[in-house]
Amino acid sequence: MLDIRDLSVSFTSYSFGLKRMEVCVVRGLDLSIAPGQIMAVIGQSGAGKSLLAHALLGILPRNARVEGQMSFKGKPLTPYRLSALRGREIALIPQSVTALNPLLRVGGQVTRAALLSGISKKEAPATVRQAFVRYLLPKGVAAWFPRQLSGGMARRVLTATATVGMADLIIADEPTNGLDPITARESLGHLRELADTGKAVLLITHDIEAALQVADMVTVFHAGATVEVARAEDFKEPGNLRHPYTKALWNALPANNFVGTMKPIARASNADGCPLQFCCNDQDSVCGQSVPMLKRSGAGWVRCHHA
Amino acid sequence: MTCSRLFDRRTRTLLVIIGCLLFFFVVFLGAWLYGRQGEVTNLTLRKISPGWGQPFGTDWLGRDMFARTLQGLRLSLGIGLLAATCSAIIALILGLAAATLGKTVDVVITWLADAGMATPHLVLLILISFACGGGAKGIIIAVAASHWPALTRVIRAEVMQLRTSDYVRLSRRLGKKPVWIARHHLLPHVVPQFLVGLLLLFPHAILHAAGLTFLGFGMSPHIPEIGTLLSESMRYLSSGMWWLAVAPGLTLVVSVMAFDLLGNNVRALLDPKTMRE
Amino acid sequence: MNNQSTHQGIAGFLLLKMLRLLLLVAAVATLSFVLVSSSPVDPVDAYVGAAMLKVSPEQHEIIAHHWGLDKPPAERFFSWARQIASGDFGVSTIFNEPVLSVICKRFVTSFWLMALAWSISGAIGFGLGMSAGAWEDTLLDRAIRLYAYTMASTPIFWVGMLMLMTFSVSLGWTPVCCAWPLGLSAEQATFWQRLHHLLLPAITLSLTGIAQITLHTREKTIAALRSDYAVFAHAQGETTAGIVFRRALRNVALPAVTLQFASLGELFGGAVLAEQVFAYPGLGRTTVEAGIRGDIPLLLGIVLFSTIFVFTGNFMADLIYQLVDPRIQKTAGGASP
Repeated sequence: MLDIRDLSVSFTSYSFGLKRMEVCVVRGLDLSIAPGQIMAVIGQSGAGKSLLAHALLGILPRNARVEGQMSFKGKPLTPYRLSALRGREIALIPQSVTALNPLLRVGGQVTRAALLSGISKKEAPATVRQAFVRYLLPKGVAAWFPRQLSGGMARRVLTATATVGMADLIIADEPTNGLDPITARESLGHLRELADTGKAVLLITHDIEAALQVADMVTVFHAGATVEVARAEDFKEPGNLRHPYTKALWNALPANNFVGTMKPIARASNADGCPLQFCCNDQDSVCGQSVPMLKRSGAGWVRCHHA
Repeated sequence: MTCSRLFDRRTRTLLVIIGCLLFFFVVFLGAWLYGRQGEVTNLTLRKISPGWGQPFGTDWLGRDMFARTLQGLRLSLGIGLLAATCSAIIALILGLAAATLGKTVDVVITWLADAGMATPHLVLLILISFACGGGAKGIIIAVAASHWPALTRVIRAEVMQLRTSDYVRLSRRLGKKPVWIARHHLLPHVVPQFLVGLLLLFPHAILHAAGLTFLGFGMSPHIPEIGTLLSESMRYLSSGMWWLAVAPGLTLVVSVMAFDLLGNNVRALLDPKTMRE
Repeated sequence: MNNQSTHQGIAGFLLLKMLRLLLLVAAVATLSFVLVSSSPVDPVDAYVGAAMLKVSPEQHEIIAHHWGLDKPPAERFFSWARQIASGDFGVSTIFNEPVLSVICKRFVTSFWLMALAWSISGAIGFGLGMSAGAWEDTLLDRAIRLYAYTMASTPIFWVGMLMLMTFSVSLGWTPVCCAWPLGLSAEQATFWQRLHHLLLPAITLSLTGIAQITLHTREKTIAALRSDYAVFAHAQGETTAGIVFRRALRNVALPAVTLQFASLGELFGGAVLAEQVFAYPGLGRTTVEAGIRGDIPLLLGIVLFSTIFVFTGNFMADLIYQLVDPRIQKTAGGASP
């Protein structure tokens, strides 16, 4: 469905005295999803996850620059094609309720999304009503303002807004952020349902545990690059994991005693070689020389000189 | 637009700042060298429309309008600069006092600032100018006394915010003296704010001073300030002497815009967050 | 929803505002009285004006006594404050008429000028600001910004003079002075005659008034375009114009209306200058006359009146927020979880 090769995103900004700076947030990201699949993209906060979602939709701010190849349903994803696909075939479930306009009623905002996805004016009310029923939203909620929604309800409204138009690729940005465990599980359950109806779901999160509950595949994202692509079941047995960073993540899970096996890391450095060379325990002279390439490894992919 | 490709942003901003400063230098130098010509009456050269000899024409007494405009501009800018500087200093003192001298002082100053902003600027200006008995002094006092509230609020808020910031609290815990904290933590943040505030006050002060003189408060007709020049030219509007009003007004607009540009560019340089891509 | 507590919220809000207004008027009255009393301009000399030499010291004394000027300032202040509190603003020395009736009559004339200019500048400024913000950094945006910045630096009286020269003197389309044809009284003039006289001053006043609202709306529009809800709307396939004119309209209009109400002070100041240029007999021109000819009761009356006028504008702005913004309503109504 979606295939991304070597995506990079950088920003131009100005510091004191108007000195121009170029900041690279995402570099060398590879990703692919098939229909009916949930692909989880896992990375720590500040790793550029939301930017990935925005880049896929072509809605980054104007001072951003995107490079790399993206293709959707086999055809290259140009900015022009993206503008036609946004909201119709690719939909976003945003991170928080601030994505709804605080001054407009919830129902109107969902209806607008339905109209933008290509549903006719005549059918829109019925479709919106169905979406409300599907996500267990009482009828009266349509007349509410976003401020009045509870956390779980807000989540369902956002999901309803994104899915009202039957998009084939759904990007969920941190769907469990700030939710209690029950609501979080419900939110993830909705994503699983969507995948089971044949949609491709891209689940972007920092919460590995939550992601592993529903995902089929996992892409581990660090310092703006893909370090490993693995099947979700590979995480059941640490021996199946290929990359030192993924192993470190696994060890740090509550179920695995929170063991920190990696030194605290500096943010993406501009030094040559592997971005993880200064905190990795398996580091040797090769790591300082070149950035490892992403290579096939069993059912997944890995970016490490030693895997 | 070609300009943006020719230089980067920093260079462009610096160029604008230098250009503005140069403009003011030329105005003041020109007024100093040539302004006196504006007092010479020459009845053989009356009511001449703008041309090569007299770029701004001459008035009903044959006085060269170019020289009068330069002179007037110097006066207008001078009054505006002086008044704005006084006003900004008042704002700095009151803002610092409100933020540091305790609750009572803060309440009183905030209340004063509110009261100062509660009456239309121009009405306040007329009132104060009347209270001072008019004259250049009256205008300067009026403008200085009416423009401080906004900047006072800005400085007060800035200092308040700094005082509760972590590093200032830490310094206090570490036993640093208030004077030391003020010098090392407060001043470096307040000075740029103050400078930008001062620069952005200039256009307002100049416009208000000119408005006040136009209305007939203050300057005597013998001292040609731009407002006075324009007020005089009102009498000759219907006789078709358009140049008496157009040229002096235009130079005033250009000067005020230059100050505005200067202020905004200095702000961009000191605080790039206010500029967006 | 919980209507009763919303009503209580509004009532408390109104009461608080009234209290603030009283305090404010008291403060402004005190300050302006102190200012006026410290003036070196002798009100009697200012009153008699050119006839100064013909007035004997005795006559001078009599006038001063008649106005109560021979009493100490503190006593004068309290008697004046008592008068004001009972609604008596004294008698204007130049019009020989109660201050309140002068202000009322003149304000009605000014009101139409200000109302027309206010609506024109509000509507056009809002439209320009939204367009500039929606198409940020395009040629359109640059042109609108250039216009706004130029107008912000242009003295309104000069714009008025240019308009007067062009449309009244050269083209002869509009009258050169006044609010109605010379020789007629306000009541005798027809609506069209008055509109004809009103047009040029009102356009002048709105031309410069547009600047602020345009730049403000532009900033708000750009901020709205960067907000989370705009990003989400964009992700749904909404175009930039769609976001600005369909989704963010309310978010941008609310602060714009607020600003427009909050800028009544500048409108009043602009009206003073515009009325001077067009010899329009409104409250602004009266302010100038009172100031120049030393009509202290009238000047003080206008200061207080304009303070209330500005306050009313700010009050309207707050009230609109209170009534329209669901964020405030819901917290007052207690319906949010």
